Amino acid sequence: MSRLPGTELDTTIVLNGKPVTRRIPARQHLVDFLREEMGLTGSHVGCEHGVCGACTVRVDGEIVRGCLMLAVQANGRRVDTIEGLSDSGELAALQSAFHERNALQCGFCTPGMLMAALDLANNHPDATREQIRAHLSGNYCRCTGYQSIVDAIEAALEQRRQGVKR
Amino acid sequence: MNAPERLYRRRAEAPKKAPGQAVQTGYIGKSEPRANAKRLLQGRGAYVDDLRFPRLAHAVFFRSPYAHARLMHLDLSKARAQPGVIAAVDGRALAEYCTPWVAVLAHLKGIKSPPQHAIAIERACWQGEAMAAIVAETRAQAEDALAHVEAEWQELPVVTDMEAALRGDQVIHPELGDNICFRRELDVGQVDAAFAKADLVVEETYDFGRHTGVCMETRSILADYNAADHSLTVYHATQAPHMMQDIFSRHLGIPEANVRVICKDVGGSYGIKVHVYPDEMATAALSVMLRRPVKFVADRLESFLTDIHAREHRVKVRLAVSRAGDILAFELDDLTGIGPYSVYPRTSGIEGNQVVNLTGGPYKHQHYRAKMNVVFTNKNVTCQYRAVGHPIAVALTEAIVDLAAAKLGMDPAEFRRRNLIPDDAYPYTFPSGLKFEQLSHHKTLDRLLELMDYKGLRAEQHALRKKGVYCGIGLAAMIEVTNPSPAFYGVGGARISAQDGATIRLEPTGMVTVLASVTEQGQGTEGIFAQIAATAVGVTLDKVRVITGDTGVTPYGGGTWASRGAGIGGEAVLQAGKALRSNILDVAAAMLNVDKAELDVAGNSIVGKVTGEAKLPLAEVGRVGYFRPDTLPMKFQSELTVTRHYTPREYGFTFTNGIQASLVEVDPDTGFVKLLKHWCVEDCGTVINPMLVDEQIRGGVVQGIGAALWEHCLYDENGQLLNGNMADYLVPMSGEIPDIVVAHVSTPTRGSELGAKGVGEAGTAGAPGAVMNAINDALAPLGARVTAQPCTPERVLKALGKV
Repeated sequence: MSRLPGTELDTTIVLNGKPVTRRIPARQHLVDFLREEMGLTGSHVGCEHGVCGACTVRVDGEIVRGCLMLAVQANGRRVDTIEGLSDSGELAALQSAFHERNALQCGFCTPGMLMAALDLANNHPDATREQIRAHLSGNYCRCTGYQSIVDAIEAALEQRRQGVKR
Repeated sequence: MNAPERLYRRRAEAPKKAPGQAVQTGYIGKSEPRANAKRLLQGRGAYVDDLRFPRLAHAVFFRSPYAHARLMHLDLSKARAQPGVIAAVDGRALAEYCTPWVAVLAHLKGIKSPPQHAIAIERACWQGEAMAAIVAETRAQAEDALAHVEAEWQELPVVTDMEAALRGDQVIHPELGDNICFRRELDVGQVDAAFAKADLVVEETYDFGRHTGVCMETRSILADYNAADHSLTVYHATQAPHMMQDIFSRHLGIPEANVRVICKDVGGSYGIKVHVYPDEMATAALSVMLRRPVKFVADRLESFLTDIHAREHRVKVRLAVSRAGDILAFELDDLTGIGPYSVYPRTSGIEGNQVVNLTGGPYKHQHYRAKMNVVFTNKNVTCQYRAVGHPIAVALTEAIVDLAAAKLGMDPAEFRRRNLIPDDAYPYTFPSGLKFEQLSHHKTLDRLLELMDYKGLRAEQHALRKKGVYCGIGLAAMIEVTNPSPAFYGVGGARISAQDGATIRLEPTGMVTVLASVTEQGQGTEGIFAQIAATAVGVTLDKVRVITGDTGVTPYGGGTWASRGAGIGGEAVLQAGKALRSNILDVAAAMLNVDKAELDVAGNSIVGKVTGEAKLPLAEVGRVGYFRPDTLPMKFQSELTVTRHYTPREYGFTFTNGIQASLVEVDPDTGFVKLLKHWCVEDCGTVINPMLVDEQIRGGVVQGIGAALWEHCLYDENGQLLNGNMADYLVPMSGEIPDIVVAHVSTPTRGSELGAKGVGEAGTAGAPGAVMNAINDALAPLGARVTAQPCTPERVLKALGKV
């Protein structure tokens, strides 16, 4: 964004499957770029120091904190956000499980929580309840007390395992 | 009797079952998922910071680095010259646009507080107080410009200790004479006599640390002043839009009719977002000053410094009991430090007041004396946060009760059973004057003990102790204030509505639109209102849309606080829905030329009341009512929009009750507490949506667990907050929280047809007491006891004499 001072770099990101090129201030965080420049407001800014997990997005398949990564560091990489993974259907089973169990109240942590849950589903589909709780420890939720989130992920993992068996 | 049965028995026009006919038995009591959660699950909500406006300016604040200091010189000229900066404004300049406030209420006799400005003028009274605002085209530019603010300070004596504040060695506001904001004494009589005849008197002092709400969405406001018609539209993360409409109007000098407050998605509140914050008032004033939209979103560090804190109390408690185990009297001395100002408009006297009101609340003793002092300090302000006063009253009551039981050699569950107010004693007046309509302490206790297998757990606990494993079981019975009448704020002169309203409209398509004054903060207001409306009108849930959070659109009401949304707002929805159903039947009777009494609404259709046979779809009633009223009788006017309101009147508060239990393991070598399981049995009357109620309780319990074990706003002696960030301030994480078992006893209030009492604060009210008792139960064989929250490993080790 030209209004910000300092060095700017041309940056191309494959954002939710489509390449976008922007001249980006070097100091701008990825989550600020997504929200302010691209209008993708589903990734939320909760603490801006890498603790709460509300800004979790996926870069080249790995979940990262959007507030700890600079947007220019995503140059040449694939970035997936809650909006893209909702539209592609990749999150559908988890979203449905969250909805059925009311695994969200205010919903502010939810996009980041779903990103972390999808990462677990993709990489550790056999996770136990304790492993689910441990995996989510980098994502804060202040409303639910976590149990319904753990229940929803446990159910979605079970559903996925059943699907694989069939 | 469960909720739907109760609801239908009272309603004259209850639909009958008929073969082959899908009949609505009602959504009340059903665990329906919330329709409005879907957009949040896709990241397509609309929190304040997600909104986009042309010419939007961004405000940031220059805040005091000192807890108490005089601003000798402030130079904003360099900041004003930075790229993108629109304005740099100090307290005096802003005061031209926003009048100061004084947070007192007439029914809190003697409460005092100095005038508070949106931006402080010349003196800072806590670290983080806003002293100037910078407004720029982008947030980054505004933050860059902050570094160019030049200030010279003269440090003033800092008062951080509550006892020192009470002594008044240094008076923070000399014009008030002392540091006492509010004091209250209560003596129901014969307390000394009761203590004199007691076989056992136990006494202990409990400390409760400051903590705060840590909403995942920080405080956010976007104010949009339109100079052409002198109107202000405020997009605000708030719990009380109408209260804020009144406040913006009065302090900014804009007619109330020209102020509209819109509350879209809110990222958690818990009481944090029901207060007037100086920086938010300043943002609205800046929009008026600059004649353009201005946004302020607190960053997380500002949140810790300026979101209200709560709970800093030191309480000495004495309990008189007989040898047989009867509680004879309670005596209480509470001291609480609230920062340098009472918070507007609810005041910071309420939490201490609640501690006085609620202490000893579940028990049938007759003698009670209390003293309470609310003092000013140079820390951030405190005010009402989820469960206001309850966590303190419950924890100290239940801790001293356990201590007495232990000294008498009685089992804590049996001691409670002996002393809890009997379930057949209602209506009951508590010694402090509180009136209870109908509580169910014994039913909830029995249910809890059965649910947790109390006897089995005790046996297991004893077996483990022999192996050197120290587990503890803690109980905490409670009463809880819900559904407050005007007795809470209105009688004291606060312009805060105790009533709420609902408007329900049948759309031409047969859809039903509900406009409600209670707000949605994630607790599920819109979901349960849809369930109530669908049930009352006779439509399926998918036909209902609910709109909340807009003073320009909804009926007038209080919003979300004090566990009032379901009980008060829900009753308004029920009554509006019933009235609409009746009006729909008037139209249908005219269309079909039959007696209204022969008809009913069920499954989105007009049906025969006895046969259940479908006669007309509601869409047809809507079509005729709106587009072909010419086909209806000459003098007939359809009324397919109705509004109803509800105010609790008979009782000042609809008290609820419940009991929680915590099972923990304490490691005597490290002082670490491991939570193993938690139970809560609660009586919130009619349960509208069991899933949402259980999740409210679980979320509340976890906030209470945070208070008991981890959460603490730590200040040093200079009034500097030491851990004001997300990494150092410890909120509960998923890995350390156990599964929480929730069950219900249902005693609907007779004050409303719906019968719902509040539930949102119950978990937070009881959990800290249950956890602290569990820790002390684990430590008992080691002769140690903790009396300060949070019960950190350091405090546990100190109690054990190991550090």
